[in-house]
Amino acid sequence: MSLASAQKKGFGAILWDYLTTVDHKKIGVMYIAAGAFFFILGGIESLVIRVQLMVPENDFVSAGLYNEMITMHGTTMIFFAAMPILLGFMNVAVPLQIGARDVAFPFLNALGFWLFLFGGILLNLSWIFGAPDAGWTAYPPLSTQSPGHGTDFYVMALQLSGAGTLMGGINFIVTIVTMRAPGMTYMRMPLFSWTTFVTSILILFAFPAFTVALFLLMFDRMFDSAFFDIALGGNAVIWQHLFWIFAHPEVYILILPAFGIFSEIFSVFSKKRLFGYTSMVFATFLIAFLGFMVWAHHMFTVGLGSVANAIFAVGTMAIAVPTGIKIFNWLATMWGGSIRISTAMLWALAFIPSFTIGGMTGVMLGAATADYQYHDTYFVVAHFHYVLVGGVVFGIMAGLHYWWPLMFRRVLNETLGKLAFWLFFIGFHLTFFIQHFLGLMGMPRRYWVFLEDQGLDLGNLVSTIGAFFMAAGAIVFVINIIYTAVKGEKAPQDPWNGRTLEWAVPSPTPFYNFKQLPLVRGLDPLWIEKMEGNGKLTAAEPLNDIHMPNGSIIPFVMTVGFFIASLGFIYQYEYPIAYLALYGGMAIGIGGMIVRSLKDDHGYYVRKEELEGEVE
Amino acid sequence: MSHDYSLNPEKLHEDPAKVTHEGKNKFIGLWVFLGGETVLFASLFATYLALKNSTAGGPSSQEIFGLELVFIMTMLLLTSSLTSVYAIYHMKNHNFRKMQLWFGITAFLGLGFLACEIYEFAHYITDYGFTFRSSAFGSAFYTLVGFHGGHVIVGMSWLIALMVRNAKRGLNLYNAPKYNTFALYWHFIDVVWVFIFTVVYLMGMVS
Amino acid sequence: MGENTNIEKVNSFERQKNREEMKRQFILFASMIIFTILAFLLVAWDMDRTYVIPIIIVLAVIQVAFQFFYFMHMKDKGHEFVSILIYGGAWIAFVMAICFTTIIWW
Repeated sequence: MSLASAQKKGFGAILWDYLTTVDHKKIGVMYIAAGAFFFILGGIESLVIRVQLMVPENDFVSAGLYNEMITMHGTTMIFFAAMPILLGFMNVAVPLQIGARDVAFPFLNALGFWLFLFGGILLNLSWIFGAPDAGWTAYPPLSTQSPGHGTDFYVMALQLSGAGTLMGGINFIVTIVTMRAPGMTYMRMPLFSWTTFVTSILILFAFPAFTVALFLLMFDRMFDSAFFDIALGGNAVIWQHLFWIFAHPEVYILILPAFGIFSEIFSVFSKKRLFGYTSMVFATFLIAFLGFMVWAHHMFTVGLGSVANAIFAVGTMAIAVPTGIKIFNWLATMWGGSIRISTAMLWALAFIPSFTIGGMTGVMLGAATADYQYHDTYFVVAHFHYVLVGGVVFGIMAGLHYWWPLMFRRVLNETLGKLAFWLFFIGFHLTFFIQHFLGLMGMPRRYWVFLEDQGLDLGNLVSTIGAFFMAAGAIVFVINIIYTAVKGEKAPQDPWNGRTLEWAVPSPTPFYNFKQLPLVRGLDPLWIEKMEGNGKLTAAEPLNDIHMPNGSIIPFVMTVGFFIASLGFIYQYEYPIAYLALYGGMAIGIGGMIVRSLKDDHGYYVRKEELEGEVE
Repeated sequence: MSHDYSLNPEKLHEDPAKVTHEGKNKFIGLWVFLGGETVLFASLFATYLALKNSTAGGPSSQEIFGLELVFIMTMLLLTSSLTSVYAIYHMKNHNFRKMQLWFGITAFLGLGFLACEIYEFAHYITDYGFTFRSSAFGSAFYTLVGFHGGHVIVGMSWLIALMVRNAKRGLNLYNAPKYNTFALYWHFIDVVWVFIFTVVYLMGMVS
Repeated sequence: MGENTNIEKVNSFERQKNREEMKRQFILFASMIIFTILAFLLVAWDMDRTYVIPIIIVLAVIQVAFQFFYFMHMKDKGHEFVSILIYGGAWIAFVMAICFTTIIWW
């Protein structure tokens, strides 16, 4: 294994390299690239929705196709766009931030990525064979009675990618527990690593509930069980509980990493230590804990009874407290700092008011009695887009600008970045602010048409115009990527005057990350070294052989196997021939597991002499 | 291969499963996984609790469950938990042969448990017509107990693969963590069964 | 690669420690068997369910605690983090059980 092998490689070699890689940086980039692709798909679906709702009684798409659009938009954006991109950031940044050479389970990491990717492919394959149309929430009996195979695709795709995400979560927990560099105590970890840690714990506890929910739905649809079948004593509310026990923590799984990204950015671009670091960590944990106890606020109108509603309403409102702590800490971080308004900082600044609006409407929705008015109206749609776009998407955009030099050795063009920001920012508020009022006027969500002259015409038109502004912003961002790739200058190792360890590694980051593990002397370790004049981290160990994991094609092969088996499951109750795919796919997948188990894989060593030959 | 996984007699380790970095990772990782499994089974138990009286005119839990078979199954699984403790005890003393022996007994007991469970399910289906599809109670029962049985099958395959693969190699720092994680997993299966026999069978029998 | 190292040279202190540990494990196992038999007997005697159900649940929880703390060594050092995770999982399981027995049907 030569270190100088990265020079010129054929396309086949590069493809093979990526198919077999277990390097967290490459996996991270693949997560982000795949997530961006699904983000574009979900974006197109949202434009179809908005065009349909541009004018009253529009017939741009049929009612059935509209249902498929809203289902696919929600599912794609949550599971296949936002989450993988955030997992990508975790992969790229966290091992570097905590001073590790890799993640704890590199093989599992690769497997998790491929499972996510093939889950996404499976879901979107359903466009050819009939897409799911029961909403991303897939409430039975609608989902159990939905004709065709759409919902089956939904079930199997989410089962696949959910397993992948769970692996990712376990991996990051173990990585952070066991692989921190010498001196990197928990309370010296950068906040993005902290939020990754807490997010991973949420993934660990939330996804199994969803796994079970999907199994129940799968059994009901494919094997005639009776979980949600009222005639045989089933109960559809079970799905709602299991789904929201998962899906409420899921929104925190999405927002907490974004909080971490913003914490990094506010600190770096204000040139100040993060204000209230300890309280930030504490607030993250509190959000995670409370986030698990409030799922039934999605179900206030189900009829759980006033006691249950009251408990969940109080819990919901309590989450505003730790979130408020965070908002004030970010403001205080900027207070008195020497602020640079780069594009990343711009997204972060825009996040604060946008997200606060979303949080405020969240408290409104959390008031159980008032919720009877808001429930299933556009008010809810406006609320969760303020949180998910104003929080998560802004966080992703900020993170992309911030870590682009780390990932691709280029700094994204600032002018284009700012243009994209303003287009998207204006478009976002144009699209969703008005939806609060549409909702308060009584416009229900998920309806494919509305009638004329009910006071909804102008609001919907404005909203659609805003959506196109957002699309324009996204296109400018894509142009920026291409422009930077073609024209951009090579980025310096530390373009933002960073404070954390990921800016201390040479650029491009060597595959072993750190030649010698760094000695961490406090919070913001790189900044400490900069302030004390040496600007470089002290090594915590003598230069020695580095143990690295071997690449492997097995994760990819296993995933293909499970993918084929999923298709078998989807079609087996209609076409018995599909059993062939089911058993064949399972054989490939389980065969991969067996090979992996029985074949020893000790990894390899990068020799000390080789490392000495490397120039910094 | 310079990486030395052999047990060094000069410098004996208290617990061969937790010496290497990979061993520590596997150990923490398995525990983390069990944290997730807790929620998985919690969801299944909760579903069962919600649906246990939804018999839709079909057989109810009081009518079909029998204490004898469940008691035998419980004893088999509890004892297998103890035998795996013995196996790990011998692993800590670096006695490979005895470790294999006790894990062999564990596998034997686990397979006995599985046989009982298969007999039990067959008995319900043929004698009572109580199936996965007969009522929501049936679906919930077979799903919960079946998920546990599935975990037993996975555990058995895991253990047998481990024992066969390493039969000729003996204990070293590469496979000790694997045995150790299996033992932890196996105890967890037992924990789940303790709740199953209590919540499903015993509570289902109380009139 | 490591050879078969069937070492009998584990030092006597460790051996002694392991043996005592094992003895304790066995006593715990015996008590678990007793708890199990007790639970089955309570049900077989057909007592009033208001007493039986809480008792057998308590017996199950004790058994599970034994399994976690002793058989799985959660009481030992180095298990601080994992015990937090298991407590977390147990808490969620508890909340779910309460929820699914109270507000699913109405």
